Formats: sequence, structure tokens, C-alpha cells
Amino acid sequence: MQSCAATDRVRTRYDPPHSAGPGETDSPAFLAARSMETNMAAVPKIVAEKLEKRFGHIHAVRGIDLEVPAGQVLGFLGPNGAGKSTTMRMITGFLEPSGGRVKLDGIDIAEDPIAAKRTFGYLPEGAPAYPDMTVEEFLAFIAYARGFSGKDAKDRVERAIGRVNLQGVRKQAFETLSKGYKRRTGLAQALLHDPGILILDEPTDGLDPNQKFEVRELIKELGGDRAIVLSTHILEEVEAVCTRAVVINKGTIVFDGTPAEMESRAPRDATKNRMDAAFRAMTTGDVAADAERGAGSRAKGGRR
Amino acid sequence: MSTTNSTTTGSLTALQRIAVVFRREFRSYFQTPLAAVFLVIFLFLAGLFTFNIGGFYERNQSDLRPFFQFHPWLYVFLVPAVSMRLWAEERRTGTIELIMTLPFGVADLVIGKFLAAWAFTTVALCLTFPMWITVSWLGNPDHGTIFVAYLASALLAGAFLAVGAFLSALTKNQVIAFVLCAVACFVLLLAGFPAVLDFIRGWAPRGVVEGLASTSALTHYESMMRGVIDFRDVLYFALVMAAFLVKKSD
Repeated sequence: MQSCAATDRVRTRYDPPHSAGPGETDSPAFLAARSMETNMAAVPKIVAEKLEKRFGHIHAVRGIDLEVPAGQVLGFLGPNGAGKSTTMRMITGFLEPSGGRVKLDGIDIAEDPIAAKRTFGYLPEGAPAYPDMTVEEFLAFIAYARGFSGKDAKDRVERAIGRVNLQGVRKQAFETLSKGYKRRTGLAQALLHDPGILILDEPTDGLDPNQKFEVRELIKELGGDRAIVLSTHILEEVEAVCTRAVVINKGTIVFDGTPAEMESRAPRDATKNRMDAAFRAMTTGDVAADAERGAGSRAKGGRR
Repeated sequence: MSTTNSTTTGSLTALQRIAVVFRREFRSYFQTPLAAVFLVIFLFLAGLFTFNIGGFYERNQSDLRPFFQFHPWLYVFLVPAVSMRLWAEERRTGTIELIMTLPFGVADLVIGKFLAAWAFTTVALCLTFPMWITVSWLGNPDHGTIFVAYLASALLAGAFLAVGAFLSALTKNQVIAFVLCAVACFVLLLAGFPAVLDFIRGWAPRGVVEGLASTSALTHYESMMRGVIDFRDVLYFALVMAAFLVKKSD
């Protein structure tokens, strides 16, 4: 139900300045906007349809629909265990979905995994890298893996190092780096081939405030014409860098809208940290059910 | 619509992808103490077995039989030490998520990693060349036989590595990967060990005994060690490697 609502939200987000509310999706304005969009042949960078994941008897992801066009920075939120990482892992092809499909730049990842994997840069949770390799060696490996060689590969590594300020530690083994540098190495690796799609699992986790600021600035700067999905637990980060917020809880999307809209969902009595209050309202207890009902009603008249 | 960032990545052929995986994996052996430890222990034990247990001098024959006959038993515990980290290490450090989301196919990773491990054990094997020199200096050995025996030893290591790589993919615990591989290799050898075969011969029909013996790596290794390249022996090792590598690519 609300998965349809999610896709609808995405669609409706294309027609500025007004956003189609419940029941409005049949309106001529909406349909016109939609057909215009199809004419522009704007293939969304990331398309996930009805993603499902079961681990044995655990139903971790229950029908997630997402479309992310270029130029969007999507903040992917949810409590621990809600299915954020699992969803990202399915989008990047690390996990095979139990149902549904994923297209990146129009390429189905199940049909042509290698081509699909060229389209994006991915920072896995915890920013893993080979402990014995130096930053430079590691990035060179990524460059070769991405199909660069010789001087080309060298240039790519230099640019990536420059972009996230790794100059000071380039000759250091990865395992000797501080958490912040590890995370930045992971970012450098994801950015190296200048992909149109970036998928970042907690890019600022474990960074100090200065580093967080730097990474946010970098993501904003990258935004432009890329599709970026980043997961985070820091809600102020969503306000700072994201153009869209998606909240998932227990494997389903419970909110999909702008950060401002999300904040407006906070209970009336919440005065401080309204994002946090809204998040809590969406992901705990009865209020979550309310949110789901809200999302469900929006799905009326949806395109599917 | 996007200008700068439509996919700029060059596409690699399968062979190039395997080469990238191979290169990283092969170098990783030398970035850890593993290479040094493995090489020293392998060379030391190979020498010790040859001279002290194999009776290299006492036999008074100019061949390398005492040297090669202990290789299967050396490999039983040294090969798992190489193979255990192949996949278990990637899982432990989380880099498995990285390489599986880079534009590689699973087969590229499986083959690249396997070849790297095999190249590494082959380096170790090649470093035993002073044996060959020694025996050539002392007597007049059959160089063809020695060459084939080297080939057999390399094939045996490859077969064990394929088994080990497969088992390493099943766990993130390297100790478990090591033990499983050692046991599996031991069983592969034991199936052709005379004592075992004699035991079964007492009650099992001849076909079963021969069938069992032919599944053993030892049987095929020993026939090659005598200097005979039998197509069936080579095929056996190729099949063991292929079977376990294909299994893992699934």
C-alpha cells in the first residue's frame, strides 16, 4: 500500500510549485506534469521496485519502491534494524532481493550486474578497505577495478585524494588510520570514477564535527546533477544536505517527502528538535500506525 | 541531461578483470608476514623430510622421490593456511561488500583469487630448485621425471587450494576455514592411502576399492610422481579444481 504511495510522492515531486495532495493525483495539472516528465525521457538514476528481502523467517524489507532522479540528495532514515543497509545492499547488488528489481541508470542489476555496477559509487557501512594496503595502493586498486590504467588511473587517484583531503595519510596503511580518515578513504573510493549515482551508508558516522561539516559540504557540492542516497542517524544532517527524506520502519516506507515536510509532521507539542520528534512519531508505536494510515490514504488514486 | 557524470568508467574484459583481482590478491600475500612464514616453513620442512625421513643420501639414487613423496602431507596443513584467508578475510574486514559491488563478476573474483593463491604456492615450490641442482650435481637424474613430478606437485596444490577456497567462502572464521580444509584435503589423500585401501579390500568389492582409490589425490599424484603424465591424472586435478571453483561461483 504505502509503497505505492512512496512512488507517487516521487512523481508528485516533479511538478513545482504545488505538490499534489491526497486525491489530487487525477487532476489535469498533475497528469500534464507527468506526461511532460515522460517526454523529457528523464530516466530516474535509481529505480527500486517492490524490493523484498527475507533472511530465513525474518522479513527485513517489505516492498520498498524508490525512484531517485539526478539532482536529488535523498536522506534514508530509520531506526537501527529498519532495513536501511539491507535496502542499500540490494540496490548495489551485494544482496540478491527476495523479490522486486533494481535499475541503475536504466540497467537492471540482475540482468547485467557488471554494467550496472559501473554506474555507481558505494560506501558500504563501516567504510571497509584492505587493512594492509596504503591509502594510495587501495585507491589505485579501485581505479584499476574501475577500468582506468596508467596515467589515467594515477590522475583519478590524485583527484580522489585531493577531494577528501587525504594527502597527509596517503602512504599510511589503512588499518593505522583514524576513524575519520577511514571514512574519507571510503568516500574517495566511491567518488573515484565520478559516478552519476552515489550510495553512501552512514558517510559521517564516527567523524568529529569538523569532519562532518567537510563531508556535508562535499555531498552538497556533489549533489548538482547526481543522484545521491545517504543513510544517516543524524537528522540535522538531513536538513543540512538532503532535498528529500525517506523514513523506513520495519522494512516499509513510512514517510517520503522534503525535510521541511518531515519536520511539519512533528507532534504539535514538540518545540525543540522537531525533526527528532517527527522521526520518533513515525517510527514508534501508534503514531507510526497513524503515519502509515496517512501514507495509505495518499496512495488512493495512485498509478498502480 | 547530466554532463559530467554519465558513466566514465572504461569497461574491462573478463581477462583484465581477473588480472586486477589476481594482482591485488597476489600482492596481499607479501604485504603480510604470511608469505615469509609460509615460504620458510615450506622450504624447511620440505628439506627436513627429504634428508632426514626420506633418506635422500642413504638411498644412493639420483632422483627426487624422497623430496616429492612428502609434498601431499606438507600441503595438507600448509595449503589451508594459504586458502583460509581467501574469502574468510574479506568477510571479516567487510571488504567483501566492496569487491562484490565493484564491476566484477563473481567468476572473476573466484578465478582471480584462486590463481593468485596458486601462483603463490607455485612460487614456494619453485624456490625448492636447489634440490634439483643438488641432485643433478651429485648424480645424473632423469630430468623429465623431475619436471613431471614438479608439475604433479603444483597440480596437487591447486586442487587442495580449490577445495580450501570453497570452504573459506562458507565461513568468516579463518580457524574454521583452516580446519575444514585440512580435514577435507586429508580425506582426499587418505582415500588412496594403502593402509586404508587394504582395510576396505577385505570386504568391499574390487570396483568400490578402485573407485575409492581413483577419487584420491594421492593415487593420481603418485602415478605422476613416477614421471608419467597420464591424461587421466591431469584431468583429475583439473576436475577437482573446476568442481570446487564452479561450486563457489554459484
